[in-house]
Amino acid sequence: MSKEIKNLKEYSKAAERFEGAHLLCPGCAHSMIVREAINATDSELVISSGTGCLEVSTAVYPYTSWDVPWIHIGFENASTAVAGAEAMYKALKRKNRLYQPERDVKFLAISGDGATYDIGFQFISGCFERGHDMMYICLDNEVYANTGGQRSSSTPIGASTTTSPSGRVSYGKKEKKKDIVQIMAAHGSPYVAQVAPNKWKDMVKKLKKGFDAGGPVFINAMSACTTEWKFDPSDTIDVSDVAVDALVFPLYEIENGTKLTITYRPKNVLPIKDYLGLQGRFKHLMKKENAHIVEQWQKDVDAKWEYLQRREEAGV
Amino acid sequence: MAEKMELHEVEVWDGNMAASHALRQAQVDVVAAYPITPSTPIVQNYSQFLADGQVDGEFVMVESEHAAMSGCVGAAAAGGRVATATSSQGFALMSEVLYQAAGMRLPIVLCVVNRALASPLNVNGDHSDMYMGRDAGWINLCSYNPQEAYDLTLMSFKIGEDLDVRLPVMMHQDGFICSHTAQSVRALDDDSAYKFVGDYIPKNPMLDFEKPVTYGSQTEEDWHFEHKARQHNDHMNSFPVIERVFKEFKELTGREYNLVEKYHMDDAEIALVALGTTVESAILTAEELRKEGIKAGVVSLRVLRPFPFIQIAEALKGVKAVATLDRSLPGGALGMLYNEITASLYHSEHRPLVTNYIYGLGGRDMTIGHLKEVFKETKANADAGKLTVPIQQFIGLRGPKLTFY
Repeated sequence: MSKEIKNLKEYSKAAERFEGAHLLCPGCAHSMIVREAINATDSELVISSGTGCLEVSTAVYPYTSWDVPWIHIGFENASTAVAGAEAMYKALKRKNRLYQPERDVKFLAISGDGATYDIGFQFISGCFERGHDMMYICLDNEVYANTGGQRSSSTPIGASTTTSPSGRVSYGKKEKKKDIVQIMAAHGSPYVAQVAPNKWKDMVKKLKKGFDAGGPVFINAMSACTTEWKFDPSDTIDVSDVAVDALVFPLYEIENGTKLTITYRPKNVLPIKDYLGLQGRFKHLMKKENAHIVEQWQKDVDAKWEYLQRREEAGV
Repeated sequence: MAEKMELHEVEVWDGNMAASHALRQAQVDVVAAYPITPSTPIVQNYSQFLADGQVDGEFVMVESEHAAMSGCVGAAAAGGRVATATSSQGFALMSEVLYQAAGMRLPIVLCVVNRALASPLNVNGDHSDMYMGRDAGWINLCSYNPQEAYDLTLMSFKIGEDLDVRLPVMMHQDGFICSHTAQSVRALDDDSAYKFVGDYIPKNPMLDFEKPVTYGSQTEEDWHFEHKARQHNDHMNSFPVIERVFKEFKELTGREYNLVEKYHMDDAEIALVALGTTVESAILTAEELRKEGIKAGVVSLRVLRPFPFIQIAEALKGVKAVATLDRSLPGGALGMLYNEITASLYHSEHRPLVTNYIYGLGGRDMTIGHLKEVFKETKANADAGKLTVPIQQFIGLRGPKLTFY
């Protein structure tokens, strides 16, 4: 059961299970995504978070921002933590020992891209193979933001990070971003989607669909990082808009591992240069000697968009 | 409802089977596990119980030991009885989460079937995994044989889940020598065993939505110290609960357990201190030596953590010389038993001579012959009133004799 939220005003009135009092940076997209995820269901929630910006900003003893049961174990194991809780729920249900047996319960893991694409990948893959009834949301800011901006395997090519800095002889990160959405879809998950908080209606629709899908559901949420992407904290939504309109973050979903649907088609597709130019992490790519990186990246974005459209048409 | 099993008065079980039955009888709610030699049969047996309808709980076969303990932590925080099993490399892989389980005060029971740590790779029994985890904040119980593995696994739940303790518990048994050696085991019937363990008492369960709880918060220099000190305090003060559970178990079964076990110690002049299966060999050796007029005794730690600092000194009161036998080699130091026991004896009025023997690494045999030699060297120390051998020696090691200090 998910509730209908039709407009932003209704959001503002939705019950607060994630308090506004937290330590995330001004302009951080994490809190928008988390709040909207929690509001996308009326069910009780058990939430886990891996070590990362969200975790260190919301549970600093003796305070907590969580008005829902919440657990953090380590960097890598948010998926398995909530899978363990889900297993306990099933056991207690079978044994008639649930504390509030009449309530519907959803299990949600939320971690960053470092915890998802890299250190926790095995754990997530295991959880999805075993088919736990849980949703996993990756807050994808393409960097180890919590520890000062080191590269992750989600960091796109050319980004300057503290462990892949641009310099006299380097254009920044040499490797392309890992395609986590396709990888998770390949697990045969009932529902996998990419979302962005600026397209909130699309995001909420997908979150609700995910909560109702039953089984392990993966959501990759673009989370623009004012600190590490280096843009003004007031520009989070604007940067996010350009990201989806330049198709750097295409919004789509994949059901049951195969059925791909594009959920947002920009009226005017922007060149990725417009997106890159907004962020300090790509500043060096604007130099003439790095033009080939931008050119290749644009080709990759175009090819990916073509691929997604063909997959959608083919219905496979 | 799980089907009950009719057990014989005496079953022939190896240590793994004994532990599996203890988990079954405790009606564990969630087992999250990953198989590893030599603890694999615990998980396999449990799978069979599940397949035969003899277990009601959830069994989550995860993709690594790290995930096993992570799943156990999530499940225990959710609010129910949780257990798993591991050995060696698997233990090492879950070590990060061992500390977190203790820090979150989750009474998970971990059946550790002790095995050497690589490299070189070795599947046989020694206590390297036990030693590696001894500072993780868990209660550590040690067994010698399948009967004790069964008894102590049942007691682990009752100790860890006690509201005054609320700490995870490791129950150690020696890889292969105990885990794969079938012996006679007198098990309780299913009802009596469950009645003894009792219903799980929830404390701050995540699945109670009337009182949302935050597990695994962050504390820095402002609060971390207080949290860890409180945890240590409750750990150090768990002795009375452990002793009470031992007492209740004795009333039920007649089988007696103590924080520190003493064998032939009443008039002993020399003593060996050891853990695990070696204790039984040492007792037999002491009995043989007594026929020769040597007043030999044996002491063992039933509870390694919390460390029975007072009781171990008390147990060794009156002996002239002690040999501490470590089945693990702490890199670059004397054995753990040597260091901890000498620390305890330093504060006693009576300070016997203490030596350290490293033995049995990677499953190397420890024979009665070896133990006789150790006793005899210890007797020589006692007779001379000073050390006649180096402090640290190695038993059964090939090549040039290796000694330290």
